[in-house]
Amino acid sequence: MQVHKYDVVIVGAGGAGMRAAIESGQRAHTAVLTKLYPTRSHTGAAQGGMCAALANVEEDNWEWHTFDTVKGGDYLVDQDAAEVMAKEAIDAVLDLEKMGLPFNRTPEGKIDQRRFGGHTRDHGKAAVRRACYAADRTGHMILQTLYQNCVKHNVEFHNEYYVLDLLTVEEDATREDGTPYKQKRVAGVVSYDLANGEIHVFQAKSVVFATGGLGKIFKTTSNAHTLTGDGMAIAYRAGIPLEDMEFVQFHPTGLAGLGILLSEAARGEGGILRNSEGERFMERYAPTIKDLAPRDIVARSMANEVREGRGCGPNKDYVLLDLTHLEPAHIDAKLPDITEFARTYLGVEPYTEPVPVFPTCHYAMGGVPTTVTSEVLQDNDTTVPGLYAAGEVACVSVHGSNRLGTNSLLDINVFGKRAGIAAAEYASTAEFVELPENPTARTEEMLATVRNGNGGERVAAIRAELQETMDANMQVFRSEETIKEALGVIENLRERYQQVQIQDKGRRFNLDLLEAVELGFLLDMAEVMTVAALHRQESRGGHYREDFPDRDDENFMLHSMLYQDPEAETEGTKGIRFETKPVVFTRYEPMERKY
Amino acid sequence: MSTPTQDVAEPASKVDLAQSSGGGGEIPSFDITLKVRRYDPEFSDEARWDEWTLTMYGTDRVLDALHKVKWEIDGSLTFRRSCAHGICGSDAMRINGRNRLACKTLLKDLDTSKPITVEPIKGLPVEKDLIVDMEPFFQSYREIMPFLVNNSPAPTAERLQSPEDRERFDDTTKCILCAACTSSCPVFWTDGQYFGPAAIVNAHRFIFDSRDDAGDMRLEVLNDKEGVWRCRTTFNCSDACPRGIEVTKAIQEVKTAILTRAM
Repeated sequence: MQVHKYDVVIVGAGGAGMRAAIESGQRAHTAVLTKLYPTRSHTGAAQGGMCAALANVEEDNWEWHTFDTVKGGDYLVDQDAAEVMAKEAIDAVLDLEKMGLPFNRTPEGKIDQRRFGGHTRDHGKAAVRRACYAADRTGHMILQTLYQNCVKHNVEFHNEYYVLDLLTVEEDATREDGTPYKQKRVAGVVSYDLANGEIHVFQAKSVVFATGGLGKIFKTTSNAHTLTGDGMAIAYRAGIPLEDMEFVQFHPTGLAGLGILLSEAARGEGGILRNSEGERFMERYAPTIKDLAPRDIVARSMANEVREGRGCGPNKDYVLLDLTHLEPAHIDAKLPDITEFARTYLGVEPYTEPVPVFPTCHYAMGGVPTTVTSEVLQDNDTTVPGLYAAGEVACVSVHGSNRLGTNSLLDINVFGKRAGIAAAEYASTAEFVELPENPTARTEEMLATVRNGNGGERVAAIRAELQETMDANMQVFRSEETIKEALGVIENLRERYQQVQIQDKGRRFNLDLLEAVELGFLLDMAEVMTVAALHRQESRGGHYREDFPDRDDENFMLHSMLYQDPEAETEGTKGIRFETKPVVFTRYEPMERKY
Repeated sequence: MSTPTQDVAEPASKVDLAQSSGGGGEIPSFDITLKVRRYDPEFSDEARWDEWTLTMYGTDRVLDALHKVKWEIDGSLTFRRSCAHGICGSDAMRINGRNRLACKTLLKDLDTSKPITVEPIKGLPVEKDLIVDMEPFFQSYREIMPFLVNNSPAPTAERLQSPEDRERFDDTTKCILCAACTSSCPVFWTDGQYFGPAAIVNAHRFIFDSRDDAGDMRLEVLNDKEGVWRCRTTFNCSDACPRGIEVTKAIQEVKTAILTRAM
């Protein structure tokens, strides 16, 4: 075991992690631990843009952006957080431009802006041009620009170091009203060096989790193979609650059968969806902004068209994204990558043929609960000193029950920056927390169990069954019946996971071992997600219950908070404690959500 | 690239779709032989070839075949991958003797009547199977100052840049640092000190950015004996680039800039 000491350790090197590192690295002794190389992170796959009310091409302001974010999230958004994000969006974009990001430009040389789903002028009157972009590779440019600036500031990376445990200690403390409680404090993290299998402890005053999402719970997903919910699962196992895990975004336009993302920018630039009858069906579902309605609505509308027999193709199981009315030169200028995906992977020429698409698992709205300064919460009111989270792993909550397109690139920049500054500032006055006894014990035991397992169960088989059941039962339409079906399969798979056996017994680059560990994370997160979905007997944003098709503000205008707790039971599932957290309201009263 | 946003005429509410819309139909399956160069110094100093016969489908890529082996037959087969659609740059490898991304190479586009050979990219130390040590590659990248340098005081709003100036370096902003170009370069194979195409591409991205002030410094770095002049314009790099960057052209432009900017 090797022990390293840093003021700040950042876990993850996607957009949020590197944005945090740029701030923290200039203020404190900082290390970034990442299971990939930094430029491999999935921020790079984001395409369409990053919204900010720059008003470069038409009238706009951050208050409208706040409103759209709140309404887009079906009012489960914490409005104070949405306000912070929409306000700071402007500087977030300008920061990136000054760091060198090559945004597309207007004829006057300003940052160009385009339309995106759910972003509107004056509280829903019409679509507004708010998304700043670099062709359809905005995420790529953000990831590259942030990495370039990390190089510029000599940020220290530990590449292919998998963080597998979060070290915390608990102290007796007393609340203001005199009740005693256990205060968690962060001591560091345990990581595994992929190159040689060695375990490293990183003791740190501040730890920032920026580990991304968990899309690989589903079969059809736009997410990378490496998005296995690691950070959420590690925090959960360390006693941190998870918030709003039932809310998953299904992006409307994944390449049919493959799930590869085709940006909403395709519709922002004028593309439309059609069913097998050639009908532009979004006119029926969202008469005002049609194909630019928020993603949950478009995804459900598409799935409904297929369910009612108006799907296309031999199995009538997808709809079409039609760009054929756009000029090829316009497509080449604004949507070069995604049209290339259609050609490469489906052999479809978007100039002349509509592209087969179907919703694909895209984004987790829930995650590790944080304050607006990115501090992690151990319960509704108590932060864990020194522990921060930002980006998809976190739940601030700026996305509520449905994230608007472009708001994730914004989230990582705004809250990544806040996390980096806060972590460094905390470290400048805090002392190191003493490491717990045997800090690597939990990690060593977990690895040994997987390494020595001889039960004959294959990781890939269990993972495939998990993904099948999640696609079948937990996608855009859910009901008590389907959720229970999924939960039953998950419980069975968790049993079988105890019998997992891997083949690679080596120490060097043992990805066989790590895939097994990642499967453990996926199974934990799938259980939390389904239990939360079962509990929420209403339909809101990305969570649609056919048995409870309406939003129920009276009973469910609350964040879900799920804790790992051996003593507890929720919805018949042992080991999970369910609590709720109030939603923060500032300006906007909940209204019916129409577009 | 940087054409301003245009209004598009409202498309028809309903159209007649061509019968063939969306292509599709049954996805054909076929058998392939996958032949992979294996090496794990923990167990043997010798590299070897392993072969598997696999039933694959028309939409499958080389990455799917590698996954099929790893997940169903031999879990010790080791390779990097992440996004699986050509954007993260993890899975550059030598497929039938040519550098490509495994996730962007459809099996049906290869000659499936012969074994499909997969080897690690060349010129970088092999760590295990298809994994190479990327550190020398990133070292060269870092040396060309791959970040914007602007010495004038920052305005409150954005720095202005015309669409034409933005377009000037568009091609080289597409780089995903996969190393397919550098590890396809015969000069790099024989001289690991050579900066290699990817580093030059990333220098180009800033040298031709109207907002940048450090072009001359980068040109000086690349005027080194291990710099651009080692390039023999064999075009391997342009052929290898999975992003379609005109790598050789970018290198030529850097050479010309060194000569014309009269260092």
